[in-house]
Amino acid sequence: MKSFYGTQLPNPLMLGTAQYPSPAILEHAFRQSGASVATVSLRREGAGGAGASFWKMIQDLGVLILPNTAGCHTVKEAVTTAHMAREVFDTKWIKLELIGHTDSLQPDVFQLVEAAKILTEDGFEVFPYTTEDLIVGERLLAAGCEVLMPWGAPIGSGRGLNNPYALRAMRAEFPDVPLVVDAGIGLPSHASHAMELGYDAVLLNTAVARAGDPVAMARAMMAAIEAGLLAHQADPIEARDMAEASTPIIGKAFLS
Amino acid sequence: MKIVINGAELDVVATTLAALLEERGFSGRVATAVNETFVPAAMRATHMLQNGDRIEVVAPMQGG
Repeated sequence: MKSFYGTQLPNPLMLGTAQYPSPAILEHAFRQSGASVATVSLRREGAGGAGASFWKMIQDLGVLILPNTAGCHTVKEAVTTAHMAREVFDTKWIKLELIGHTDSLQPDVFQLVEAAKILTEDGFEVFPYTTEDLIVGERLLAAGCEVLMPWGAPIGSGRGLNNPYALRAMRAEFPDVPLVVDAGIGLPSHASHAMELGYDAVLLNTAVARAGDPVAMARAMMAAIEAGLLAHQADPIEARDMAEASTPIIGKAFLS
Repeated sequence: MKIVINGAELDVVATTLAALLEERGFSGRVATAVNETFVPAAMRATHMLQNGDRIEVVAPMQGG
């Protein structure tokens, strides 16, 4: 498995921490799935200190922490958020989100490249949430990113991999770069598909958190991701249009 | 002095960012920005507040 800025993930499941029915269910989803990375965010703190209990629970999980810049629409906003996240979460990792479109939450890839360059120069290790566009991928790598995270489908849509052709092309174009399908996963089969394409990890949140049984779904996602990874390593056969008998013809009894 | 903290306008006594956090009861793990510019924790004690400053205080939260 490829390393993410020098860190080997114990497994390829990155799991979001938002939208769970309760903190206890969130905790069980992590513990029972074994997800290796938790995405987190920064939001305005009340005087009651709600952030402290969440921070303690995440620390107790013992997973790697990937803060995001979710909801940022400008380079300045994203860069400031990243700086605040580095201080609060004590990590150089940042999941860089620069939202360009209200309905699809599609990344603004132009601002994304600009922010990635600034943050890389500031010593961050940037995980850019991007599209499957190869040229944007090249620009992000040139800006200093060592990981790319193309979307499967719009955030929270659960549509799976909208463009497997382009994701396959991205895998072929950047064979040595850790690639993560981030967003759009709805079912374990979607996550498995990403891994079968040779992706290095899958990042998902809503599909687990909003499932009727988030803990069971988290386990299902991990099982699917492991199956997809194993399948990719096993070198699958090529699909073909016509049948090819699997049982040998030679030696068949002559009975007509 | 009037400032805006997390979107709410307040009258405060504090003159530095560090004193403001203490005055408003922020004791946990937080990060700060003044007028959309990040102010590191190490700079809070010497960061003087101005009338009308807009201050953001953020903490760890759930995210995807």
